[in-house]
Amino acid sequence: MSFTMTKHGNVVVVDVDGQLIVGNRQELKQKVLDELEKGERKFLIDFARTGYIDSSGLGVLVSLSKKIREQAGELRLADLNDDLKTLFELTKLDTLFQIADNRDRGLESF
Amino acid sequence: MAPVRERWPSAAGSTGDPAGPDAVRLALQLEVPTDVRLIGRIVQLVSRQARELEFPAAICSLNVPVALSEALSNAMLRGNKEDPAKRVRIRVMVDPAGLVMEITDEGRGFDLETCTQDPTTPANVVREDGRGLFLMRRLTDRVERYTEAHGLARNVVRLTIKRPPPADGS
Repeated sequence: MSFTMTKHGNVVVVDVDGQLIVGNRQELKQKVLDELEKGERKFLIDFARTGYIDSSGLGVLVSLSKKIREQAGELRLADLNDDLKTLFELTKLDTLFQIADNRDRGLESF
Repeated sequence: MAPVRERWPSAAGSTGDPAGPDAVRLALQLEVPTDVRLIGRIVQLVSRQARELEFPAAICSLNVPVALSEALSNAMLRGNKEDPAKRVRIRVMVDPAGLVMEITDEGRGFDLETCTQDPTTPANVVREDGRGLFLMRRLTDRVERYTEAHGLARNVVRLTIKRPPPADGS
């Protein structure tokens, strides 16, 4: 399980490799908040290599979304597989986040 | 003397044994310290067993991992209050009827009937918490909670996922 951050233009892309769950959610939160602190404002979290997300992981995404918005920034998501789409639909979080089919479309959407 | 057959908790419930004597069954029991970093590995182990016993792919990649992860988080964070000296026991039973996961912690338990918050309402969807039990209920066929009576009192959450019928109806 790891999080990789790369810069694409003025967008910080975060790859979630493995799971986003109670055991690692704080690591993701801290990494994104560190970038926010440094002045970054546009974030795209790419789930192409993500297995599953639990309620703690979903909670961190909601928390980050609020914190980024408070700083006049934007958080978008991309590349949800069918299981993750089901999870976002079940919890209605698909109504809260802007979700792109893939990374390129996510980057273009900013 | 005939061998005594241990009672097998099944997704079919306590009545009868619809699987028959030739059915393949699996039982798995783990006991771990309270450490949320272990959850990913436990979930991976159980999901793999379900996959090997030919549960549908979506159940192995979504229902089992998320529901089990939620139950383990509850057990460690709420039941055992993150005390590393306290233990969590995981029992998994797989048979042709389905899959039963029992997660036991050392806490006092909670009233399942009163935990009915809907995290999908407009007011709740923006909250960071409150989705755990909801996901367990939506991703399994049954969620039960009881207190283990023998020995020290233990809080048990039991999740049941029934095996869907074959697509061709055979």
